[in-house]
Amino acid sequence: MARTLVLPQPTARPITHRLSMRNLAVHLILLISAAIVLLPYYLMVSTSVKPVQEVFTDPFRWVPSRLAWENYVEAWNHAPFGRYFLNSTFIAVTETLGVLVTSALAGYAFARMRFFGREALFLIVLGTLMVPGEVQLVPNYITITRLGWLNTYYALIVPWLASVFGIFFMRQFFATIPQELQDAAVIDGASHWTFLWRVVAPLSRPAFITVGLLTFLGSWNALTWPLIVTNTPEMRPIMVGLLSFQNEWGTQPRLLMAAATFSVLPILVLFFVLQRYFVQGIARAGMKF
Amino acid sequence: MLARVRSRRTRRLLDNLEAYAFLLPALAILAVFHFFPIVFAFFVSLLRWSMIDPVRPFVGVDNYRLLFQDEKFLQAVANTTYFSVASVGVAIPLALFFAVLMNRQLVGMAWYRTAFFVPHVTSLAAAAMVWHWLYHPDQFGLLNYLIGKLGLPPQRWLLDPLQAMPAIIAVAVWSALGRDIVIFLAGLQNIPQEYYEAAQIDGANSWQLFRHITLPLLSPTTYFILLVSMIGAFKVFALPLFMTGGGPLNRTLTIVYSVYQQGFQYFRMGYAAAQAYVLFAIIFLVTMLQRRILAGRVHYEI
Repeated sequence: MARTLVLPQPTARPITHRLSMRNLAVHLILLISAAIVLLPYYLMVSTSVKPVQEVFTDPFRWVPSRLAWENYVEAWNHAPFGRYFLNSTFIAVTETLGVLVTSALAGYAFARMRFFGREALFLIVLGTLMVPGEVQLVPNYITITRLGWLNTYYALIVPWLASVFGIFFMRQFFATIPQELQDAAVIDGASHWTFLWRVVAPLSRPAFITVGLLTFLGSWNALTWPLIVTNTPEMRPIMVGLLSFQNEWGTQPRLLMAAATFSVLPILVLFFVLQRYFVQGIARAGMKF
Repeated sequence: MLARVRSRRTRRLLDNLEAYAFLLPALAILAVFHFFPIVFAFFVSLLRWSMIDPVRPFVGVDNYRLLFQDEKFLQAVANTTYFSVASVGVAIPLALFFAVLMNRQLVGMAWYRTAFFVPHVTSLAAAAMVWHWLYHPDQFGLLNYLIGKLGLPPQRWLLDPLQAMPAIIAVAVWSALGRDIVIFLAGLQNIPQEYYEAAQIDGANSWQLFRHITLPLLSPTTYFILLVSMIGAFKVFALPLFMTGGGPLNRTLTIVYSVYQQGFQYFRMGYAAAQAYVLFAIIFLVTMLQRRILAGRVHYEI
């Protein structure tokens, strides 16, 4: 799949405004399907603002009589959500920056430097992509315990500061940068370090954005690892916080839905602002393999 | 002369050192938390390793032998296979259908794509909570209300041993659909328009175009999605954790859920490591199997 990818929104041909019967049918199918796909979001938001007596009604009540914003206050005050958010943000930002730096450096070495054992090392790194992360759960837990890192930010962040996917992705991208640029830089006396950060990195913005977004998303939504290495509310990221919140307040859908809403809000906002990059990132990550 | 050879050698040595300096941060992390654990996990799986008991005797393959007699674990394997085959088997054709519908220059297509993609960026944790509420077993649940409109009686959904897994599969399909559509769309855009034009001149109808141009030329994309989805599906954990707790009657207990229970609730590390290795073996086998069966049918050439 070495062919260059044409991203999903080219406007080479003019957009048709003509409404034929066929196009009408397409719209109808897609409109109904999209409504079904988005129905859970409607349920989430509408339940989150329902007054307490309108949650369990027969028949189901589509529109609340008033907007009960106090649900949000109540949910927020029932658990240290502020702390959860702070933790998630800190973990996700640190992890993303770390992955970008380590992946860029290693990806650059694999793509543009000559050294002993390059091919073999690259194969080993790639080969471990096959191993499901769950295999590492038990040994990593033991390592973290031995290091005395249980229930610390170290445990939550350090193991995730490098990513095989990130290295691979950066390498593929860096390899497409013309050799002439590197030759010119060498003639100008630039070191690899300068060439990477002054020339390669600015030219590889899409790769940085893709790896960065996917890392951030993965970190924010991560569940298994934070679940096993944290044991106090102060260290929990938001997703683990949600689990304990659900266990405690499971009988109160309006509170659960309020918590679910504010836990997904940051990612949804990020998604709508950077939508193009998300979509291209997924498509590109898909096509590069 | 000698000096030049030596300086070339030093030069090469310095180049090597510099390259390894670039690799060091990533490799150090990966070595400790990624490569080493793969070996260490296997070692742990050969021990009776309990977090509480300081004595960790070597028991050889006993953990593995135990696994194949452990009905709960075997059920987890069966459940996970059911989940993976069904969720991937439903999501891929559905995604292809929607991608083909969206792959036209019409107003609003980008909107539909966004709508389908939003679930993919929503955390499974939050999604599972919402669907759990949607599946509420009384008449208060939205789904029961909706099927009531069709004249059907309220169902128990997640509390019913036969309905719980399909209910979870539906959430997985909902969550994966947008990602698959986006990848399919990228694949569809790569098919040269001329093929369609040529076939149309020859009088091919829409179905023939789809069957003899789109499907074969899209096969590398399909193959990729299948591979990635299958690997992801076998690792399912968040959905049953949030929605059913593995129940009812262990009908939604999955392999990773079992690893979690054994390792981090009962602290039987050796046994958990063995289960994780079995998961690895299954994923490896499934990947190889797909490669053997399907690789020959993938058309890379245009």
